[in-house]
Amino acid sequence: MTMTTGAGLARRRWSALLWGLLGVVLLAVLWEGYKAVGPPTGVVLFDTSILPKTDDRSMPHLVDMLSRAIEPVNTSAGSPPVWVAVIGAALTSLGVAAVGWAIGSVVGFLIALLMQRLQVTERAVLPWLILSQTVPLIALAPVIVAWGGKIQIGAFSWDRWMSVAVIASYLAFFPVAVGALRGLQSPDTIHVELMRSYNAGWFRTLLKLRLPASVPYLLPALRLGAASAIVGTVVAEVSTGYKGGIGRMIIEFAQSGTSDPAKAYAPIAGAVVLGLVSAGIVALIGLTLRRFNRQEAAS
Amino acid sequence: MTDTARTTTPAPSEVLPAISVRAAGKIFTVAKGAEVQALTGIDLTVAPGEFVSLIGPSGCGKSTLLRLIADLDSATSGEILVFGKTARQARLDQEYGIAFQSAGLLPWRSVQANIELPLELHGVGKAERAARAEELIELVGLTDFRSRFPDQLSGGMQQRVAIARSLAERPKLLLMDEPFGALDEMTRERMQQELVRICSETGAAVVFVTHSIPEAVFLSDRVVVMSPRPGRIVDIVSVDLGAGTSRSDSLRENPAFFAGVTAVREALHGSPVAPLGADLR
Repeated sequence: MTMTTGAGLARRRWSALLWGLLGVVLLAVLWEGYKAVGPPTGVVLFDTSILPKTDDRSMPHLVDMLSRAIEPVNTSAGSPPVWVAVIGAALTSLGVAAVGWAIGSVVGFLIALLMQRLQVTERAVLPWLILSQTVPLIALAPVIVAWGGKIQIGAFSWDRWMSVAVIASYLAFFPVAVGALRGLQSPDTIHVELMRSYNAGWFRTLLKLRLPASVPYLLPALRLGAASAIVGTVVAEVSTGYKGGIGRMIIEFAQSGTSDPAKAYAPIAGAVVLGLVSAGIVALIGLTLRRFNRQEAAS
Repeated sequence: MTDTARTTTPAPSEVLPAISVRAAGKIFTVAKGAEVQALTGIDLTVAPGEFVSLIGPSGCGKSTLLRLIADLDSATSGEILVFGKTARQARLDQEYGIAFQSAGLLPWRSVQANIELPLELHGVGKAERAARAEELIELVGLTDFRSRFPDQLSGGMQQRVAIARSLAERPKLLLMDEPFGALDEMTRERMQQELVRICSETGAAVVFVTHSIPEAVFLSDRVVVMSPRPGRIVDIVSVDLGAGTSRSDSLRENPAFFAGVTAVREALHGSPVAPLGADLR
């Protein structure tokens, strides 16, 4: 697969883009189609709502969402258009998420390293890692905010955005730890024995063999971690009450839902785009490591 | 019987043997504490520059013996000396080069970088590394491929890179575990011929694990015939086909070559092999 020609690669990229667009169009058709034919009161089966109501308050037209996005946020003078406010909030969230992702990736990688080095830790730590991801973020957020509030070292004081970043890192470290562990363990026995025959110690083996071999596993893990960091940031913003980010904006706009239903969809779309952008940025980092993505030589 | 075969090698007082194995045994502990006797009572001496093949059916412990010499496993009994040192010390001192059945090249390294790997690990300078790699690339005939990556090479080429890599530090001992096992017959014969040439040029002693009788006879000065359950040496057949440089393809049709093949076959089967048409297996 590494010998794919430039033309073939370009064609594949185009078709990927086309399929992506088709997905968006399909979603739009589904939305508007159901809105056109579905009953206004929704579908209720045995007192359970199966399908949503189709009135304009529950399901605004796509056109309304778009036109609302270019109107000002509110009626006060000098209020920016919604899309500008969304981009601003998204960038704030991106910054916090990036810090969370970086911390989470470093911590996740160090944990993986520890687990690779000492098999005992793998058996002892891995179940805890999995358990850590089942703790609801909503429950965790107030604890972290409370702990953070107690930290004050000289001129440094804990800021609310740091709590958000910590929660984001809490989600981001997991895929990185698991992916990095698999990657570090991926070299064949023959490679490990070869390093042994060269009398290369653990660190040399790590540097020359395990690290490069882990790249194909690490890159998707980092991408997943980036998406997790965004989700963590959005949720943490809401549960910690941090203002200025996209998560907070989704809540604020949704609260004006009854009078202005189309407004809330702009920050939601913003959050989706944010996830894509962050994954894209990590993919760009991955391009610099393409050499290590070569397939195992078939012999 | 092994004693008589060893008389051809010089006594240890004259020259330090490349390998000296005395009464070595290996027991593997498998599940539930059960034990498998992989090797028992192994006595073997390999002289410097000598080419010795280990041959035998699957499970006879020939690969295990090689791994003991390489210190990739440790013997449960007996003594293994490599150039007078313990196997472990010999590994720490980088006394041998090793090649396995699969080439085991690092996929993210070019041909040249793969060959340089052991040198790099042992702190050899960049210029010196490149010069040595250049020599070796020429030796194994891959001059046009030095910047290719392993996935762009055929199986035979990959194996040549692996052999070049095993020679990188000019070891006086080469350990090879069925290095041509995965190659097709024609590539295999060509690689064998190149190997005898390379070995006689470098003067290294070789321990070569194989389960091909013609391969063992063509390459070796002596063929060590092993038998399974428990793994042991049943015979050592001396093959006198002349120096490595003089061994060419025509040797494969030589009566002396056939005599060697027959001798090894008889040792493997434990009785005189019946003439063609009456296979007594």
